Amino acid sequence: MAKIKVDGKEIEVPDHYTLLQAAEEAGAEVPRFCFHERLSIAGNCRMCLVEVKGGPPKPAASCAMNVRDLRPGPNGEAPEIFTNTPMVKKAREGVMEFLLINHPLDCPICDQGGECDLQDQAMAFGVDASRYKENKRAVEDKYIGPLVKTVMTRCIHCTRCVRFTTEVAGISELGLIGRGEDAEITTYLEQAMTSELQGNVIDLCPVGALTSRPFAFHARPWELTKTESIDVMDAVGSAIRVDTRGREVMRIMPRVNEQVNEEWISDKTRFIWDGLRTQRLDRPYVRKGGKLQPVTWPEAFAVIKEAVDRTAPEKIGAIAGDLSSVEEMYALKALLASLGSANIDCRQDGTALHPSHGRASYIFNPTIEGIEKADAVLIIGSNPRFEASVLNARIRKRWRQDVPVAVIGDIGDLRYDYEQLGAGAETLKDLAGGAGKFFNVLKKAKHPLIIVGQGALVRGDGAAVLGQAAKLAQAVGAVTPEWNGFAVLHTAAARVGGLDVGFVPQDARRNVADVLESSELLFLLGADEFDMKRTGNAFVVYIGTHGDAGAHRADVILPGSTYTEKFGTYINTEGRVQQTSRAGFAPGQAKEDWAVIRALSDVLGHKLPFDSLAQLRAALRAEYPHLAKIDHIAHGDAADIARLAKLGGALRKPPFISSMGDFYLTNPIARASAVMAECSALARNGFKQAAE
Amino acid sequence: MLADKDRIFTNIYGRYDKSLAGAMSRGCWDGTAGIIAKGREWIVNEMKASGLRGRGGAGFPTGLKWSFMPKVSDGRPSYLVVNADESEPGTCKDREILRHDPHTLVEGCLLAGFAMGAVAAYIYVRGEFIREREALQRAIDEAYDAKLIGKNNKNGYDFEIYVHHGAGAYICGEETALLESLEGKKGQPRLKPPFPANMGLYGCPTTVNNVESIAVAPTILRRGAAWFSSIGRPNNVGTKLFMLVGHVNTPCVVEEAMGITFRELVETHGGGIRGGWDNLLAVIPGGASCPVVKAEDIIDCPMDFDGLRERKSSFGTAAVIVMDKSTDIIKAIARLSYFFKHESCGQCTPCREGTGWMWRVMERLVRGEAQKREIDMLLDVTKQVEGHTICALGDAAAWPIQGLIRNFRPEIERRIDEFTRNSHNVTPVLEAAE
Repeated sequence: MAKIKVDGKEIEVPDHYTLLQAAEEAGAEVPRFCFHERLSIAGNCRMCLVEVKGGPPKPAASCAMNVRDLRPGPNGEAPEIFTNTPMVKKAREGVMEFLLINHPLDCPICDQGGECDLQDQAMAFGVDASRYKENKRAVEDKYIGPLVKTVMTRCIHCTRCVRFTTEVAGISELGLIGRGEDAEITTYLEQAMTSELQGNVIDLCPVGALTSRPFAFHARPWELTKTESIDVMDAVGSAIRVDTRGREVMRIMPRVNEQVNEEWISDKTRFIWDGLRTQRLDRPYVRKGGKLQPVTWPEAFAVIKEAVDRTAPEKIGAIAGDLSSVEEMYALKALLASLGSANIDCRQDGTALHPSHGRASYIFNPTIEGIEKADAVLIIGSNPRFEASVLNARIRKRWRQDVPVAVIGDIGDLRYDYEQLGAGAETLKDLAGGAGKFFNVLKKAKHPLIIVGQGALVRGDGAAVLGQAAKLAQAVGAVTPEWNGFAVLHTAAARVGGLDVGFVPQDARRNVADVLESSELLFLLGADEFDMKRTGNAFVVYIGTHGDAGAHRADVILPGSTYTEKFGTYINTEGRVQQTSRAGFAPGQAKEDWAVIRALSDVLGHKLPFDSLAQLRAALRAEYPHLAKIDHIAHGDAADIARLAKLGGALRKPPFISSMGDFYLTNPIARASAVMAECSALARNGFKQAAE
Repeated sequence: MLADKDRIFTNIYGRYDKSLAGAMSRGCWDGTAGIIAKGREWIVNEMKASGLRGRGGAGFPTGLKWSFMPKVSDGRPSYLVVNADESEPGTCKDREILRHDPHTLVEGCLLAGFAMGAVAAYIYVRGEFIREREALQRAIDEAYDAKLIGKNNKNGYDFEIYVHHGAGAYICGEETALLESLEGKKGQPRLKPPFPANMGLYGCPTTVNNVESIAVAPTILRRGAAWFSSIGRPNNVGTKLFMLVGHVNTPCVVEEAMGITFRELVETHGGGIRGGWDNLLAVIPGGASCPVVKAEDIIDCPMDFDGLRERKSSFGTAAVIVMDKSTDIIKAIARLSYFFKHESCGQCTPCREGTGWMWRVMERLVRGEAQKREIDMLLDVTKQVEGHTICALGDAAAWPIQGLIRNFRPEIERRIDEFTRNSHNVTPVLEAAE
């Protein structure tokens, strides 16, 4: 700790603090453009100048100077800085004036207007008149992809975007070329950026140089209603803010959650919103004469009742999709139980995880924040770059601090270098047996992290692979009372919740294939991610939001709500309980899914014992108390891993590959989104699109 | 006038043999092993005692700079980097050393490197210096062949010297930008602290010195600190390569004692001012970045750090740019402004935006197409750039204009008056902004 005086107020801060952070700590506001706490320090905007007592007769950039760089006074007094002297005021006004001379004053037509750092700081620290009479500089706009729109004349060269893409996203595609006045930010060949995190540069850009292309000119920030919610595009559960106008979602922004997503979100999370409007199911349908016909709710329910009545209870099945909230899965499970069926599964992809192995066997035990402690990382059958982009950025952060990363599987580029140990289960078995150099690396590590992806678990030998991974974790000492390094990385937002409430067959050996085979009446709760041919001749009731695979196959469609249209509980891959909030209502006659199930239960004569979401949640929490603790993780029992290690079975030859197909098209909302379709086409094309 | 026996650069005009044999016949590499035998401590103390101030422009005491290097390595190697990226308009001394007397530099590298515990020296040569680089490389090759440097050399200190070729950017002469460029990155100055002595080239302790500072070191060490410090005035001692450029009858590079008056310098070596002393208008005494000084202020001024600081200018690299009364002084400074605008690296705001602004106003002042209040505005803008930037290029861009306004305000105002008197609106059609 070091003592420092800020504007006469003495405070104590850690040594590594910069003057800017110290001033902040003392309650003095210091304007800045280039400084960002999650990026390296550039010190080039010169907005954060402060006066250092006893220093040279010129102000110092507070973002770039550490508290420990200051010398104490002659009698050992604490060093002193000022943020409000005439010198500082003059310096800020000067820098502000320089930033504005070549910045177009086109705020009325700029999408950043209303949330622009330059605008705000010009108001707070600038002068009201301009002395600049020369021509302003103009810079040509660059094409850097379908997501980020550029108006490069507005750029103030803070290089936040360059630092983000190289440091966090791990691409060196954006840079500053030229020098002096001619310096420009560009991808040089004007190719699209290839990162899944590129949308974050829009938030980082302090001016309107980089803005959201899909959102361009659609709305002004002050006319949007902001709702804090949770993302369901992957199993990370990033904190988001849903901005709506009326009932339409206009854009999605990240919120800060240090434990989950810091302040980044993936492009799928950010740009999915146009998929929330298209291909929507806004009224019930019933298949009549081979064609789906719009009907009223009572008609639809009557058709279902008829089907239920003629089907034996054990021939009724239900499959929950990847975007389902815990509430609706709980309600559907209760409905099926009341009908006399336990023929249910939430694991569309057939993964080998099962709650009977204990909670620790299917969650990301070390937690996402725990990645920052990991000192050796092994990834088995997963490509976190696509499966959990934001989580991958954390692994990359560790890799930048020289933490070794190794991979088993054929998974491609992760945006950081890793050691390829082998392709498949054989390598894992050998490693678990103590062979190979990386075994010792893991063993020596204090906090070894073993990430098991769905790519390794959705195979026929998934249970055996899971057992081997657990065995390896045991063997290298990854499971201790303080640290559990066994981490299962999910790809579906609903999965951990489904496993928690037991939306699976009782028998751990049965999976979705058995449910499909044995069902003559099938409820699909937003389940679209398997080949619909596998439903055979079953009568299919689809409860969901989009006209996707499930809706095309369905005999009855009951329209539901997306994650922005309901209050739902989701549990992310680390087992953290989080809730979405309703930002707008579902279109047409669509209802919240739990309410649909509750209404149906009444028609079927097995009325579920709750009439409101509050009652549902009360029942749910009574049964599963850990779901009551929002933003909290109920940690798994380390002994589960030891038991898991005993899982045996034959291992198969083929290499582990990521279970995720096209990153941009993983769920019905994404497949309805034109923006995602464009990104997907570009990615398939190797990002080779001519500049506009 | 400096006596011939006190000259350090004895072949600065290239009249004699430039090879190693020739250099040795003039005293280079004499007793180098003996100096090294006296130890690191002795060399640094001797350099401190000699009072040598850095010859690159800022005038920081060289011995003190060397003493900042870690005495005991923490595992990282130390480096000496020699700044031969001489790009300041008017300055042309290092190229003469590289061309004609490179062995002084090569020997200096070994001694300086030894004094700071460096394992190698990197000499960063300006991109445009093709022949100079060849001459330097030849000298280094000769020294390697003669086992004067390199592994297991005769002088008893293993030391490597590498020559690196820049790409011709002025900013790469700034010490940290030079390090960036040397590492293969874009030449943009680094933030200080950390200083290079702590985190320099490749994150290792590094000292960056000017060519002349290093090249004079062997002679100082051979002849003793007392000899060097006896020349010149206190705090401004020794000999210095002066560059007389511009409107003198015989422009030249010449080694002279520090503190020589401008009059003596020009009379002795420059053959007088073109058109006589009455024709002298102004002098930029230290290279393009120094404020201009009016004739009457400079004529009897001692040419050294303190002498010129009293005249509100600076000694810089001792590139004395002499301008006679045929010079359009405003246009001359406007041209310098253009140079700094063109060479700004674009990293930090005041310099990136300010240099262009200043240049554009200067261009208008040349024609007189301005309001008189804009003179004060321009002065204010220079003050907004000065001291607010990462490196000293911002200051360098501001000072010439400040010097101009301080000394030639009446001339600027006269030109504005003239323009106003004669102006009639010849372009009634508004031009759209670019």
